[in-house]
Amino acid sequence: MKTLALVVVLITGAMLIYAGHDLPAFGDINSTAYQAPMTQYFIEKSVPESGVPNIVTALLASYRGYDTLGETAVIFTAGMAVMLLLRRRET
Amino acid sequence: MIWILDITMLFFLVVCAIAAISIKDLLSAIIILSAYSLIMAIVWVEMHSVDVGFTEAAVGAGITTVLFIATLARTEGRSED
Amino acid sequence: MSKIQESVIIRTVVRIMVPFIELFALYVIMHGASGPGGGFQGGVIFGAAIILYAMIYGIANGKKKMSDSLDRILASTGLTIYAATGLACIAFGGMFLQYRAVPLLSDPAQVSKYLIDLVEIGIGITVLAVMISLFFDISPPEPEVEEAEE
Repeated sequence: MKTLALVVVLITGAMLIYAGHDLPAFGDINSTAYQAPMTQYFIEKSVPESGVPNIVTALLASYRGYDTLGETAVIFTAGMAVMLLLRRRET
Repeated sequence: MIWILDITMLFFLVVCAIAAISIKDLLSAIIILSAYSLIMAIVWVEMHSVDVGFTEAAVGAGITTVLFIATLARTEGRSED
Repeated sequence: MSKIQESVIIRTVVRIMVPFIELFALYVIMHGASGPGGGFQGGVIFGAAIILYAMIYGIANGKKKMSDSLDRILASTGLTIYAATGLACIAFGGMFLQYRAVPLLSDPAQVSKYLIDLVEIGIGITVLAVMISLFFDISPPEPEVEEAEE
């Protein structure tokens, strides 16, 4: 069983390393992600539109605010679930 | 990009990952995972992704370790495997 | 009470450090708009400060600072602040979470900036309350109760 697991891990690792050669270089200005129209839009427009100098915060809280609301709801729900399951009753 | 720092950090990252899954004592595994998160945070910051590094340092190296240890205190503390 | 909790050095360092960690957490939350940081990270750091206090001074003393009911109230307050900000944008005629629609200031970008700060505070409150309650619920029970030295 362990030999099989090792073989699977080695094959997966070899495939990942092989696929890694096709990734764009670090900080490559010609990469697809940088040249995408939305990336250019956010870099140019996020400061005048949202008034926030940090593009990451502008994206998280403004453009993808609905997504962040969902994340907060997930954390809240997880906390409430743990509270319901594990909280010791003070009797 | 400081490639020597990169290579060193990534090497220790792999060492920590292998040590965390192969060690028997779960408390040691948790501490090694914490070290893994710290190295990962340094790698994130080195890649100019400060926000992610910040989160990794606060959540991965801080809160997760405490919660794991608190869980460990209620359970057995040794791995069967 | 374990050995590490009796150590004078650790107790003193924790008592001195906790307010500064909390101050740093507030800085991270408020500075999230103009630098690295944000509500999630700041909330986690604030929670870590209280967890540090509870680890050294005992769960019972930690619960005096952050009681179970306060936890519950804060966790829902943060999410409510976030959702109410979004609904306020609808009330002023915009879309959900379209901050520019709120006519508070003349410059829509400024309104958006302050509302993003408000949203970050909401996230921070929820995250800190949930982190603290997770720790209090998961940690093993402590039999004896001892008073915090003032």
